[in-house]
Amino acid sequence: MSQHEIDEPTGVDTTGHEWDGIRELNNPLPRWWLWCFYLTIIWGVGYTIAFPAWPLINGATAGLLGFATRAEVAADIDRYAQQNAGLTSALAKVELASLADNPDLHRFAVANGAAVFRSHCSQCHGSGAAGAVGYPNLLDDDWLWGGALAEIAYTVKHGIRNETDDDAHYSQMPAFGDLLEEEEIAATVQYVLQISGADHDTTLAQDGAALFEEQCTACHGEQGQGDRSQGAPNLTDAIWLYGGDTTALTATITNARFGVMPAWGQRLSPSDVNAVAAYVHGLGGGE
Amino acid sequence: MTGTDTPPSLYAPQEPIFPRRVSGFFRRLKWWIMAITLGIYYLTPWIRWDRGPSLPDQAVLVDLAGRRFYFFWIEIWPHEFYFVAGLLIMAGLGLFLFTSALGRVWCGYTCPQTVWTDLFSLVERWIEGDRNARVRLWNARWDARKWRLRLTKWSVWLLIAVATGGAWVFYFTDAPTLARDLARFDAHPVAYVTIAILTATTFLFGGFMREQVCIYMCPWPRIQGAMMDDDTLTVGYRDWRGEPRGKKRTQGAGDCIDCMACVNVCPMGIDIREGQQMECITCALCIDACDEVMDRIGRPRGLIDYLALSDEPQERAGEAPKPLWTHILRPRTMLYTALWSLIGAGLVFALFIRSDIDLTVEAVRNPTFITLSDGSVRNSYTVRLRNKLGDARQFRLSLSSDALLRIGLEGSDRNIITVPADSSTMQRVYVTARPHDRAASIDATDLRFWVEDVENGARAYRNASFNGRVQ
Repeated sequence: MSQHEIDEPTGVDTTGHEWDGIRELNNPLPRWWLWCFYLTIIWGVGYTIAFPAWPLINGATAGLLGFATRAEVAADIDRYAQQNAGLTSALAKVELASLADNPDLHRFAVANGAAVFRSHCSQCHGSGAAGAVGYPNLLDDDWLWGGALAEIAYTVKHGIRNETDDDAHYSQMPAFGDLLEEEEIAATVQYVLQISGADHDTTLAQDGAALFEEQCTACHGEQGQGDRSQGAPNLTDAIWLYGGDTTALTATITNARFGVMPAWGQRLSPSDVNAVAAYVHGLGGGE
Repeated sequence: MTGTDTPPSLYAPQEPIFPRRVSGFFRRLKWWIMAITLGIYYLTPWIRWDRGPSLPDQAVLVDLAGRRFYFFWIEIWPHEFYFVAGLLIMAGLGLFLFTSALGRVWCGYTCPQTVWTDLFSLVERWIEGDRNARVRLWNARWDARKWRLRLTKWSVWLLIAVATGGAWVFYFTDAPTLARDLARFDAHPVAYVTIAILTATTFLFGGFMREQVCIYMCPWPRIQGAMMDDDTLTVGYRDWRGEPRGKKRTQGAGDCIDCMACVNVCPMGIDIREGQQMECITCALCIDACDEVMDRIGRPRGLIDYLALSDEPQERAGEAPKPLWTHILRPRTMLYTALWSLIGAGLVFALFIRSDIDLTVEAVRNPTFITLSDGSVRNSYTVRLRNKLGDARQFRLSLSSDALLRIGLEGSDRNIITVPADSSTMQRVYVTARPHDRAASIDATDLRFWVEDVENGARAYRNASFNGRVQ
């Protein structure tokens, strides 16, 4: 077997290995090629020592170089935070009314605010800020507590009807189911439909006008135009937070509503509050 | 089957090769190609090209950080990468074309491995002498002279290698600035590492690996076999003319006097008279060497020549070979040429119809529409405008539609967008339909956004759709 032979058709050496009459040709590689192969093995072993590699029960070997992708991300975040430190501190202190005069800071605020919004606000208001039933749409021009930049920032910072921040916006609509008869509520509903320009029952609405005057104008105003100081919605426009049909309005008047928003000033940094306010202000409804 | 007692080695030794100096047509051609290709490589980063104050003035620049590719008057942005892809396809098809017509002409004349090896061999010859002197030196003891010659040669090689790696990094950032930083040792570490790696590979591949790279490392020789056929012109030996070998005056001998000139000049260390073989890079130096000998002994040139396999029967029979153009012009090469030209023409066409205004409009789909307090319906769009010029530009945005729609820009009372030099700007744009207009209550209304350069009146448009409130 160890004798080597020349294969006649190809003129190539054989290795001397033979299986069932089939002989292996010897087309040799250069030796440096073999050394490169050994080198990759050595490199591979070194690599598993230097970098995280061998799986253990809880995690893997850390590697001598202490490399970790998580640490890299953390370092990246730190680096960006450091790069943006000037803008961040300027944003925390800025007079919001004059933010638009500083295009660089404004651009930074909106970009930063978009990120804050996606992580903290989109759960209720939606990733596109279109809201949902009971959670205001932030894209439109209707604001319960004011749509100027500073007003939005205040709402974000202190929240609405929460128990954690004494400065939170607060108001409470009575549950008229305890105060009015069902027929009276039905009449009030028809009147509200009338002032909002929807189809309604004219006779019932006439009765409702008196009830509205008596029960609702203190907060919602003489014409039902609402009052932002109390977060009382404008009832004459086309926007309904909890729905504008008879069933939804009846439920609203009977049981009242009590929408709560957390005080984000307790969780976000002042610059993040201003950033997200700038972002929301720039979504199309800002005043 | 023949048997011997010693088992064969499973590893091929690297045989030292000492190519002899040769002169002739192909050698001169190769000197010219070397000068031109190396000249292009080393000098291109230093060509300046004025693009205005806020853009780089380097004619050829791959700005990876800024994601721009500058080539003289052309500036390519990442979204136009198809130009680069097209050029790569053209390069591929060009290789196919040349290979099917002329065999491994790329390997023999223009491959960087060949060009730099040629340059390194030239240095070697200057310092250590021609073939015979180098063979002697190879066999000599390591005395002072051998050390001096070797170290001199290696130093010059190293200088060339450093210059080669050094030139590469200049393509990626402003060359004069980087050259100054490199000299002061305060350039970015990436630059030094890149130079070090390319210096090492150039030094190793050009000085020591040479033919090993072509035979064992490069995949291209293997692929090329698929592109060659009987009509491909490759370097070959007219054995019907040359054999049997013998002295000039020997009766009945062929033209080949077995002087070994073709073998001695071969940078791959092969004997072309054994026929076309994988190691041959068709550098054609054996043609020069043989022609010189044929001239000297008074025989016609072309014992070793560019030959097509399909001509062999005629030539053997003493007939004239087919004319050269029939080997070059055939369906295969014409197809490659046609494809190559088609893509080239397409790229040039695409380059010329590139709009001066680069505009995309993306409708905001989350949500598709919103209701405003007065009952109007509003859609939002993200308009992205790119300004590829060296100065800031102002664009006026407007819309046209059969329906009554109003346009407004976020954060601006005017419908003007200013885009700074060499950058792109995203602008949120609102389109509103009044409550009782048809567009407010039907599913989709077509509209067209127009952008006009305030200064020169150039216009561009994009079509979009407006979504109404569907009950």
